[in-house]
Amino acid sequence: MFDQATLEMLGKGFLESLYMTLVSSALAYVIGLPLGIILVVTDKDGIKPCVGLNRILGVIINLLRSVPFLILAITVIPVTRFITGTSLGPTATIVPLVIGASPFIARMVESSLKDVDKGVIEAAQSMGASPFEIIYKVLLPEARPSLILGAAISVTTILGYSAMTGFVGGGGLGDIAIRYGYYRYQTDIMLVTVALLVIIVQVLQEIGMKLAKIGDKRK
Amino acid sequence: MSTGTSLIQIRGLGKVFKTDVGEVNVLEDINLDIMKGEIFGIIGMSGAGKSTLVRCLNFLERPTRGTVYFDNQDLSALSQKELYRIRQSIGMIFQQFNLLMQRNVLKNVCFPLEIAGVRKKEAEARAYELLELVGLSDKAKAYPSQLSGGQKQRVAIARALANNPKVILCDEATSALDPATTKGVLALLKDINKRLGITIVIITHEMSVVEEICQRVAIIDNRRIAEVGYVQDIFTKPTTEAARRLVFPEGGQVEHFTSSRCCRIVFDGSSSFEPVIANMVLEFRQPVNIIFADTRNIDGKAFGQIVIQLPEDKLAGEKMMAYLQNRGLTVEEVKDFV
Ligand SMILES: Nc1ncnc2c1ncn2[C@@H]1O[C@H](COP(=O)(O)OP(=O)(O)O)[C@@H](O)[C@H]1O
Ligand SMILES: [Mg+2]
Repeated sequence: MFDQATLEMLGKGFLESLYMTLVSSALAYVIGLPLGIILVVTDKDGIKPCVGLNRILGVIINLLRSVPFLILAITVIPVTRFITGTSLGPTATIVPLVIGASPFIARMVESSLKDVDKGVIEAAQSMGASPFEIIYKVLLPEARPSLILGAAISVTTILGYSAMTGFVGGGGLGDIAIRYGYYRYQTDIMLVTVALLVIIVQVLQEIGMKLAKIGDKRK
Repeated sequence: MSTGTSLIQIRGLGKVFKTDVGEVNVLEDINLDIMKGEIFGIIGMSGAGKSTLVRCLNFLERPTRGTVYFDNQDLSALSQKELYRIRQSIGMIFQQFNLLMQRNVLKNVCFPLEIAGVRKKEAEARAYELLELVGLSDKAKAYPSQLSGGQKQRVAIARALANNPKVILCDEATSALDPATTKGVLALLKDINKRLGITIVIITHEMSVVEEICQRVAIIDNRRIAEVGYVQDIFTKPTTEAARRLVFPEGGQVEHFTSSRCCRIVFDGSSSFEPVIANMVLEFRQPVNIIFADTRNIDGKAFGQIVIQLPEDKLAGEKMMAYLQNRGLTVEEVKDFV
């Protein structure tokens, strides 16, 4: 039903979306994971309370989180240009995606780590574990299933963000959907891109749930 | 015991929590000496401050006032690093076991050894040894979620023993277990105390746990230590209100008898277990009302007390008390028995 060129375009869009999503997710975790850990550790009931730092970090994260993603993407265009030399295409889109997703991931990680049983942390402290040892020997391993589930949610959210960047020339499936579906009323192409997005979300979510379950020794 | 050397000295310890609604005074002027090799109980009602006190013993909670000496070292004078180190010789077990759910039993026991920097091979060998000691060798590869409460507590005990601690602190360690499992865990602790000479501190709200295993006990009430002494003494002659409440948990029920004379007969382990009340009733041909009876076997001897209501006839009552005293029992009139 589509000609060769359209199919190639859809294929390229699919790969671009995956590329943007996965690279942005990885980079956003490099920033968001430590931030999430810091949020939990410096909490007033945390293992190394530091209320001032915790407050400041919380406010910054909330600020970033309250800006709608599309507006954030436009606002940071100068930063994007500075880093990648352009504001168009999938690689350029990674910059706003990372900036937009890191605070979200920090909160996801925070909520996963906060679920770790306080008693287990106390037990580790009673054995003379330092805060650093508690982070990598207790908090992260004990929260692993929840962290994996959180990652599945984060990655699919980033995929959604990446589709939105189609409005500002971000490339990928979102770009195609907007150019053909929204501006040219080619509903069939738009439906196919939406279907592909749905498939990616389903697959990622499924993989996340499976991994979380396999790794979980609580049941 | 109390003639030996002390392992833990608590001196003028006070703890105040700062909360959003103001300061909460939880512990005040606590002074205690826990001797090397003894099993020491700390008992009190829920909310009395027991957990706070035990957390002060390894400085998981920093006292607001006073300090704790562990093996003659003032814990408040130690750096954070030194504190981490000394905690390795203070084992701790908890009501909720607090095992790492994502690690198997063996790896749980290895955890404190990892913290202490023991190499993996050695750590695992030691962990197997400890699992053998607590009777769980066959569960090494199981995860905590696959174990019963009693088994989990045994794993926790093995874990607490890993770094050869000088003391094990037990905070309500049997409160989540059924009576039979409780007995098993207490027997294990007793055995560890006997065989390895490790001092044990038992925090509980249950008198039965103290009776079962402790040599000495401190009663914590209203932020302070109300009474300290040998379990037998406190059990037979509680001198404070707090102690009486714990020894006679059903005490409130006898209040309406206080109009007439009651007396308490104490079995302090020196008398044989003859049916003394029944014999007395047969001899005097006068009934007595048994208001409270709680006698049990501690270390093979009869301990406990019976509170009876004497006949209205004053003379008969006095004769009965004399009869009991002649049988070597401690008898005291309790007008204000509550
Ligand atoms: N971190 C805390 N902040 C404020 N109050 C606390 C804190 N920990 C304990 N308390 C209060 O101290 C009292 C004693 O608590 P706890 O030591 O847990 O008693 P117990 O173990 O004897 O039941 C309780 O009234 C409790 O509410
Ligand atoms: Mg408690």
